[in-house]
Amino acid sequence: MLIFTIRRLLLAIPTLLFISFIIFLVVTLAPSDPTANLPLTIPPEVKQKIRESLGLGQPLPVRYFKWLWQFVYIEPAHYLNQAFGFSIDTGQRILSWQTRSPVMDIISQRMPQTLWVVGTSYVVAILIAVPIGVISAYKQYSWFDQIGTFISMIGFSVPTFFTGVLLIVIFSVHLGWFPSIYDTTHSVTDWDSFVVQVKQMIMPTFVLALANAAQLSRFMRASMLDNLSQDYVRTARAKGLQEKTVLLVHVLRNSMIPVITVIALGIPNIFGSAIITEQVFKVNGIGQLLIIAIQGGDVPTVQTITFIFAILIVLFNLLADILYGVFDPRIRYD
Amino acid sequence: MAVGTVRSSKVSAELENAAPVLSVENLETVFLTSEGAVHAVNGVSFSLQPGELLGIVGESGSGKSVTMMSLLKLLPMPPAEIRSGTVGFDGKDLLQVDQQELRAIRGGDIGFIFQDPMTSLNPVFTVGFQIMEPLRMHLGLNKANARKRAAELLELVGIPSASQRLRDYPHQFSGGMRQRVMIAIALACDPKVLIADEATTALDVTVQAQIIELIKDLREKLGMAIIWITHDLGVVAGIADRVAVMYGGQIVEYASVAELYDDPRHPYTKALLQTLPRHEGDRMERLVSIPGQAPNLSGPLQACPFAPRCESAHDRCRQENPPLFEVSPVQKSRCWLEDQEVVNA
Repeated sequence: MLIFTIRRLLLAIPTLLFISFIIFLVVTLAPSDPTANLPLTIPPEVKQKIRESLGLGQPLPVRYFKWLWQFVYIEPAHYLNQAFGFSIDTGQRILSWQTRSPVMDIISQRMPQTLWVVGTSYVVAILIAVPIGVISAYKQYSWFDQIGTFISMIGFSVPTFFTGVLLIVIFSVHLGWFPSIYDTTHSVTDWDSFVVQVKQMIMPTFVLALANAAQLSRFMRASMLDNLSQDYVRTARAKGLQEKTVLLVHVLRNSMIPVITVIALGIPNIFGSAIITEQVFKVNGIGQLLIIAIQGGDVPTVQTITFIFAILIVLFNLLADILYGVFDPRIRYD
Repeated sequence: MAVGTVRSSKVSAELENAAPVLSVENLETVFLTSEGAVHAVNGVSFSLQPGELLGIVGESGSGKSVTMMSLLKLLPMPPAEIRSGTVGFDGKDLLQVDQQELRAIRGGDIGFIFQDPMTSLNPVFTVGFQIMEPLRMHLGLNKANARKRAAELLELVGIPSASQRLRDYPHQFSGGMRQRVMIAIALACDPKVLIADEATTALDVTVQAQIIELIKDLREKLGMAIIWITHDLGVVAGIADRVAVMYGGQIVEYASVAELYDDPRHPYTKALLQTLPRHEGDRMERLVSIPGQAPNLSGPLQACPFAPRCESAHDRCRQENPPLFEVSPVQKSRCWLEDQEVVNA
């Protein structure tokens, strides 16, 4: 397993290099101008100077390798220096064109917001989806299954920007129960501030959890149904085991194998899908940062965030494969 | 069949007199489908004496497996429904006892072996875990004792270096070895009755012979009664005391093994015996098959279900389903040809 993991990690390097180059090309060749948002009173010559100072005059390969060097050497070296007091020689860090501050610092400021909302929603989604899937499959075509199917269909087909706004209209505007805007400056210090934090998290978490749980519960249900008709289930019953044991030990363990893969593969996706929900609830997380950067033509920021998403996708693919091997003894990678 | 002469019919007659360990009366099971009820089991009655090996023979779809699954309510209900009957075991009717009592009997007093050892074991748990489960559940053994007993069981069914193999997963065993594991699970709690549902069908012939030898051996050692379900009359001849031949969800002939092979009475049994491949004589004979198809059971039986395929069928066969006629104390046949009143008249 260790050799497999190392081999896969090494293989990931050329993949990621290729992805980074594609991202670079797409972002750089897109017709956007970082100075477009500047006031029109600035003369064109000055704007041209600004562009050159941002490095836009250099040839494409130079710009790509500069960024790559910053990402794989300077940034890690900087964090090592900070964490362990090393004094590795570093150069200029990746700077945002909009704020002129290091992109990585902005990302680490934004990350907690995204992780709080998105992470919680994913955990909630799993906690909802697995039991619903199990019960729906066990009581196939019962009223529980029918309602579960109906709700899943809604969660599947109604986009998050609609459910988000709908919830705001109902619970913020009419009922006034929850705030419509997520306040990221709020810090939890005591019970009351914790309640405020929970209140502002409820709606964005629910919207994301509904969308994710809808999908996961369908996977769970299908996988359970596949396994419930297997011969080993009959064997387990013929051994005199309780239904609870048959279902939650024998069938669930087998049914989780494909679902675990789906869950692991879905983790990087939620950062992407959270972009819209973050916009709706004004959570200034990674997704919102990305949108603003795209609008401002902030190439280094867009490039860096997108590449981090790519790394997450590759890593969670690997994690899914490893988990698959852990849960299914028939899969061995050595 | 050489075996016929070895076991005398007297033995079978004696078996009949002891108190049966399992007695099934008039069992009826239907499957409710969108096209109506399929009558899979139509009034099956048989009894099993302590230590007896009863063979149940029939084509696919004759209701053998469904009968056995009905005994322990292992069928998915719905669509299956047990319409009537009693299953006497240990002074109780298994069709009436509550779930808890039924679970205590499943895997405890009655062990089950299924057809396909490749899929009958759970692929994600070690065989040790799967053997230990009934031990801990029914006998209340702790982990260490259950492990010890599981190793003994594996050894009993002839798996070498048993205690190491407990840690292995089913996919690390061959088909025959997996069936041995299944047998170990079924025998875990010293059952009074072992039901083997086509236990050797999915195995190749040499492994099949090994498993049959093992079962014979275990029966001598442990003395449990066995119900051996198969579609292979040849297999049954070698091991059974009595044989029930099933067709169309009912027992059409029920006899001691000697009588069945020496003097088969029901036309279906005769036809089945003729289909057995022979290897006497110089040249291989053509394989014989029974013309026609297994009966359509979508509706209660109105006539003899074998009549459309029967060479000796007459008008009465197509109008009335025959009862089980007693030919001799050890042989019964469900055929109008046995009706003495008609013969005498």
